[in-house]
Formats: sequence, structure tokens, C-alpha cells
Amino acid sequence: MKAIYSMFLVFALILLAMIGAGAMGMEYLFGVIIPYLAVVVFIVGFAAKVVGWGKAAVPFNITTTCGQGKSLPWIKENKIENPSSTGGVIARMFFEIFLFRSLFRNSKVELHDGQRVAYSSSKWLWLFAILFHYTFLVIFLRHMRFFTEPVPFPFEMLDKMDSMLQIGAPALYLSSVVAIAALSYLLLRRLFVPSVRYISQPADYFPLFLILSVLVSGIMMRYFVKTDIMAVKELTMGLVTFRPVVPEGVGSIFYVHLFLVSVLLFYFPMSKLMHMGGVFLSPTRNMPANTREVRHVNPWNYPVKVHTYEAYEDEFREKMVEADLPVVKPLEETVENAENKE
Amino acid sequence: MAIEKPDVLFKNISHRPPQGDWMDVQSKIKPGRYCYAGDPEALEYVGLPNPRKWNPLDDDWKLPENWQEIVIGGLKERLDRFRSFKIFMDVCVRCGACADKCHFFIGSGDPKNMPVLRAELLRSIYRGEITKAGKILGRFAGGRKLTEEVLKEIWYYYYQCTECRRCSVFCPYGIDQAEITIIGRELLNLIGLNIDWIAKPVANCYRTGNHLGIQPHAFKDMIDFFCDDIEEVCGIRPEPTFNKVGADILFVTPSGDVFADPGTYTCMGYLMLFHYLKEEYGLDVTWSTYASEGGNFGFFTSHEMMKRLNAKMYMEAKRLGVKWILGGECGHMWRVIHQYMDTMNGPADFLETPVSPITGTKFQSAASTKMVHIVEFTADLIKNGKLNLDKSRNANIKATFHDSCNTSRGMGFFEEPRYIIKNVLDNFYEMPEGTTKEQTFCCGGGSGLNAGENEEIRMMGGLPRANAVKFVHDRHDVNMLSCICAIDRATLTQSVNYWVPGVEVCGLHELVGNALVLPGESERETDLRAEPLPGKEEE
Ligand code: SF4
Ligand code: SF4
Repeated sequence: MKAIYSMFLVFALILLAMIGAGAMGMEYLFGVIIPYLAVVVFIVGFAAKVVGWGKAAVPFNITTTCGQGKSLPWIKENKIENPSSTGGVIARMFFEIFLFRSLFRNSKVELHDGQRVAYSSSKWLWLFAILFHYTFLVIFLRHMRFFTEPVPFPFEMLDKMDSMLQIGAPALYLSSVVAIAALSYLLLRRLFVPSVRYISQPADYFPLFLILSVLVSGIMMRYFVKTDIMAVKELTMGLVTFRPVVPEGVGSIFYVHLFLVSVLLFYFPMSKLMHMGGVFLSPTRNMPANTREVRHVNPWNYPVKVHTYEAYEDEFREKMVEADLPVVKPLEETVENAENKE
Repeated sequence: MAIEKPDVLFKNISHRPPQGDWMDVQSKIKPGRYCYAGDPEALEYVGLPNPRKWNPLDDDWKLPENWQEIVIGGLKERLDRFRSFKIFMDVCVRCGACADKCHFFIGSGDPKNMPVLRAELLRSIYRGEITKAGKILGRFAGGRKLTEEVLKEIWYYYYQCTECRRCSVFCPYGIDQAEITIIGRELLNLIGLNIDWIAKPVANCYRTGNHLGIQPHAFKDMIDFFCDDIEEVCGIRPEPTFNKVGADILFVTPSGDVFADPGTYTCMGYLMLFHYLKEEYGLDVTWSTYASEGGNFGFFTSHEMMKRLNAKMYMEAKRLGVKWILGGECGHMWRVIHQYMDTMNGPADFLETPVSPITGTKFQSAASTKMVHIVEFTADLIKNGKLNLDKSRNANIKATFHDSCNTSRGMGFFEEPRYIIKNVLDNFYEMPEGTTKEQTFCCGGGSGLNAGENEEIRMMGGLPRANAVKFVHDRHDVNMLSCICAIDRATLTQSVNYWVPGVEVCGLHELVGNALVLPGESERETDLRAEPLPGKEEE
């Protein structure tokens, strides 16, 4: 149900763009106003979120340690999984962000007859997650040739490499194929693995469908519903140079594509997609595990009520003396004091 | 309540979640899986909110009038105070990598024991009551309103999480359900929702210095009693000191070691070690009756309560004028010391950077907290050849080692204990990969959940650990599960007995005590448990 809702929502968005930019001729709205707004919302929203996180205090150093800590000199410490220095933290974050280190640990549990619990390595999620993220990055970068004139060499190169296989004309982009395959895996997994399906929210299906439709509309434009590339570039260049124009003959499929991307940008800052920013800031990963060596300061540390030794001794002095435990104030003295008070 | 036989319990575990949406599945509080409510007297003693008698099975939990306001206000406040919490509320992608990593899920199959859903219980409130999108879109954005039903569900499942952090190791964003549970419990405590197995120890610890409420004279008596037992075993009686001003080192261990078998044998091990070091090297260690608890159940209540209880360690060290503090074998005690103590109650500038007076080793890694783990302390002694050890006395023992959650994922304390084990006995076997070190499994009773009334969920949660023990038991005849945590010693004894009869549980210093040759001792016939030593069995 949740998946179906989310899918219909994406269909509705597509329809909206088709009618708006196509039938009703609101090209300027869909080609200029909405994209501008989307970018502004994305940048402001993203920044606000990250600033919000940054403003929250980090009262304690709660690193999750995943390897031997720094200890006696003859014990070999794991400098990356349990970093005691900034260098170690940087290395750990590098593996986390660029190679999805933690996800790579993933395992699967199974219960077998004879009371046996077995764990097996399970790397599919890691593989498809990393494939998706990298291909999406490639796709993003290769779109830069629509926003630059002349197109810088790296983007040209990327384009060439991505279409290296030279299948079809125009040549098929590898990244698109892989991204769609990876997304499909993530979607099918959500739909068919019972536990994952159980935890899934509309907010999990919606971005999957949305990004899929962005990819599909992009591919459609390139291979099936031919669009005037020169006109598109005129429009995109107009956007980045702040001299927006709406050329003739762009075709509504392009507006659909652009609109879906805009929706993605609108949606991004208020959604779980913000994990893109959060992954850098997670205190269990980005702090050095040197808490016993270097004091971490809590900005809101406040004094608390404690039970002092004096109060403790006052309560138990008699018993302590009887048991030969040392006391600070001898017993007689307190008795006298008590008498004096009377 | 009697619990099912292990084979039945095991067969009934199903990891298939029910049909429908979890938000529509009403959680029923099941006997055997929850702990009794906190005793009002205990709450009053330490000034915790809303002390009253209540029963989780009743409909009426006697909440304060404005409980919603309190919880939501508390939630907002904590979003500003803890970046961890704020990020963990925002970035989970529900990838499910953490789902089958929790021992409570593996052993119970209850989908709300998947760490991600445990978090969603609270996250749905965060979305539904605090974020704009959730307020407007409601269920579609994964938000819910904070109703009494939802609150009860949070209470039920946040006291079915042992704050072990295993889920956090696997999460691509390091989302740590332990942190969320800690804060969740803090919120629950604002309106007087807690459990007695935590509330009472907290009050006891505050008053007498330890969880069990042992008063100073009784504390000393118990230790004296161990000294008698040691004398019986080896003819030598240690003479520990208490509350001694001017001693070199203050020793603090969880009171479980002083009170509950088999921790008591570990305690005897400490006493023998200190006696040895005093005789051979003149080391002066003192015990405190005031700071007689290493464990800290305040940690399972709120950050503030943790700080209030922890404060005693530094205050006592300062009063006694010792050089530094030595800590016994405990799990969450070390999480607190390692990641919280210095920040909360430091800087401990009245102490010195710990140096072992015997080996001269400077414990640089403890330079700021000034507190050394007894296992690293002993490992250093062994490494420098300062202890006279006779491994053959442990020859009947085939041991494996359980990494405690807290020392593993909150410290990375893996090689030190293994080094000691390998030096005090010959037969040591590791449990299978994926169940040790940073991926170790909780005993099932951590974070204050080792009560009698929740036995069923404890055995369920204990399954993954016990099952790995079973593996080495079947394969290598392992008969001893060693560990460095007082709660483990208590909990694992039961769960191992349930799942793998024939395996006992011990602390590391019990094994050290057995192997350690005290100067002038008489020939031993038995080990510390009064079991005959190898070769001394009667024919
Ligand atoms: S592993 Fe992390 S991101 Fe994935 S579901 Fe669990 S908490 Fe969420
Ligand atoms: S911290 Fe441990 S007990 Fe709690 S949800 Fe995570 S794995 Fe389960």
C-alpha cells in the first residue's frame, strides 16, 4: 500500500508536468521558476539542517569502538576502527563515507534445526548501495556539460568513459543502466524481504520511485522521445547565467525530467536523504576514541546534588566505628555535639 | 512464571513479521518480558519525579496530568543537547542493516526489537509532534501522535534494549540505538516510568555507596569472609584496608563481585593479587565502603543520575589522597568511566597520571581519567614477569572468553583480557567470528534488565551468546565462560545454564587467583570454588 501510494504520487507529479508544461503551455513556470525555487529550497534547507545539527551540543564523546583501542604499548591498536588520533578519525570517516565500511560488515542471521544460530556474510545491500551512489554521482557530474560552456575537459572525459561501450546511438550510458539496476534491487528488496518491508515507510518508497522516474525520463529523452539538445542546453545555460530563456521545441518530456529533479531538490532537505549530510556528523563515528587520555568538555555540564562522604559517615558512623572502619569525626565528638545542641 | 524448555522456545522463534503496518499492531505487555515498576520509596529517596505505586499491566499508569507536555518538552530539549540524538532522529534510511543484529530480535523474533523499529517508536513521535512535515502529513510522513498507548509501547521496548550498541557497529551512519534508548529512558523517567531493578539500586547506591545497599560494616564483613575462604584454600589471609587515607591506589569494583556468585570468586582473586603485590612490592591498595560501587545504574536512568552516582569515585579518591584509581572487572562501569566520567566529574587534577609502581609502566591512555582497568594493570604485571603463576592449577578448565558489550564497543578492550587468559591457562578457545570483539553479543541482562520477572526475554536475548558458547562447548569441550563484567557473571550463569548446561561462568581474576602463587602459601588442594585441583581429585 505504502509503495503504491508513493508510486501514484510520482505519477501524479509526472502528469502535472506534462499537463502544465505541455498542454497548458506553462514552460516558463516549469523551465525557470520551479527549478530556481527548487535550487534555493535545496541549498537553504540543506544548510539549515546541517547548521541545526551543528548547533546541537556534543556533550559526550561516545565513539563506537570497532577495534582494539590504544592501551599498553605492546598491544597493537587498531588505528582506524578505533582511532585515537585525528588522522585515524579522518581515515575512519574516509572508509565510512567513500566505501560504506559499516555496511560492508553486514551479515545475515539464520536459525537452524538443532538449536543452531548461524551468521553468514551478506554483502548485496552494500554492493548495490555503493553502485547506486557512485553511478548517481557520475550521472550528476556528467550533467555538468549542460551547465558549462565550453565544457571542461574532465566532464568531457567522464562522458566519454561512461559511454565507452558504444552500444546504440546515441551511445548508452553505463551509469544509467547500473543506477537503474541498483535502484531496482533496493526497491525489490524493500518490497519482498519481509522484515525490510515491515519497517518501510512511504518516505522510503517515494524517493526510490522519484529517482527512478528521474532516470527513466532522462533515458526516454535521449533514446525514445528525441529532444532538441541544443535547445535544452540553451535553456540550462540561461539558468546558470541568470539570463533565463525558454527556447522553442524543447518538448514536454524535458519539462517532466526537470520537474522531477526539482521535486527531488525540494524534498531532499526535509527527508531521510539528508543522510548525505548526517553521515559526516555522526558522533559515534567522527570522534577520536581517546576519552581516557584527553578530557572532552560538555558545554552544558551543570552541578548536581551528590551524597557526600560527610553525610554518609554521619549516617553510618556508629556502625563504622564498631566495625573498626576509620572515621573522620570520632564517635564521642558527635555525641557531645548532639548534646550541646540540646 | 515458568519458562518454556529451550527446544520449545527455540522452535517458536519466527523472524517473519506480521502482516500489516507496525503502527497498527498494538503491543501487549507480556509477563516474562517486562520488569516491575520502580518502588516509590526509591524514587523519593533520590528525588525522581512522580513516585507512586503502579503496575504496567494496569490500564492506569497514574501519569501526571500534563505528561504529554513534559515528554515533548523533554524531547525538544534533548534535541538541542545531544547532536547524536538529533542526527539519529533525522538520518535513518531504514535500510534494515541493523535489523537482525540485536540479540533480542534474534531470540524473540518480535519485530519491534529490531533496532530500527525500536528507534522508530520514538522517531515517529519526533516526526508527528515536532517536525513540520510530520505534523502536516501525519502517517504519510511516518509521524504519530504521542498517545498513552504509544507511550506504553515505548516504555515496554525501551526496557527491552540492553544498550549494548551492537546495532551501531553495522549502521552506515553509526546510529546507536543505545544512545536513543538512554535518552528515551531519560524521557520516561521525567514522568516516573522506570523499573524497580534500576530504581532500587540507584537509591541504594546513592545512600550506602553500592547497589545492594550493603552498609559499611557489612561490606567489610563480606570481604573478611572472602579472606577466610582464601586462607582455607592456601593458608594465607590477605589483610585488605578500607577507607585508608594516604593509600597509593583506590580500588573500586562492582558490588556484584562482593555479593553474588560467581563474582565473589573474582573478588577473591583481586584480594589475592593485592596481597601478593603488597608482600612482594609493598603496594598499598585500599577499598572504600563509601565508593563501594563501580557499576552505575544511574546510567540507565538519566545522564544526571549517572553523574550523581559517579561523582563518588573522584570525591573519595580526593579525600583519601590516593595517586590514582584502579577499577575492577565490569562492563557498563567502564563505559561510564571511559566515555563519561572525566567529562562529567573531571578534571581529576588532584590525581596523578597512573604509573604502575611495580613495573614503572605509565598508563598514558588513562592520562586524563586517572583510572586504570585492573585487567590492563595485571596484563602489564604479567608482561613484565612480576607475577608467579602456575597454569597447571587451571588445567581442568577449558575456557572461552565473552567480550562484554561496553568494554568492546565503548572502549575496544580486546587483547588485554586475552593476554591474561593465555597466561593463566592453556586451554583457550575463541567463539566463532561474528560473535566476538566488536561484534560480541550481549548477555541479555545488561543495562539493568537482569531481573527475575523478565526471565523469558532474558533467555531469548541470551540465545545468540549462549549459542556461540554451545558451539565451542560441542566442539572443544569448553566448560568455562570467562568474562570481565559483573552483570555478565550473574546473567550468563543463568542463560548458559539454560541453553548450554555444563558450562560455568567466571571472572578473569578468579583464574588469576587460582594460578597466582602467593609467597609462603601452603600446597593447595582446591581452587577458589573449593573444587579439587587437577591431580588432587579423590580416587
Ligand atoms: S542500519 Fe542505521 S540507517 Fe539502517 S535501518 Fe538501522 S539505524 Fe537505520
Ligand atoms: S543497543 Fe543492543 S539491545 Fe539495544 S537495540 Fe541495539 S542491539 Fe538491541
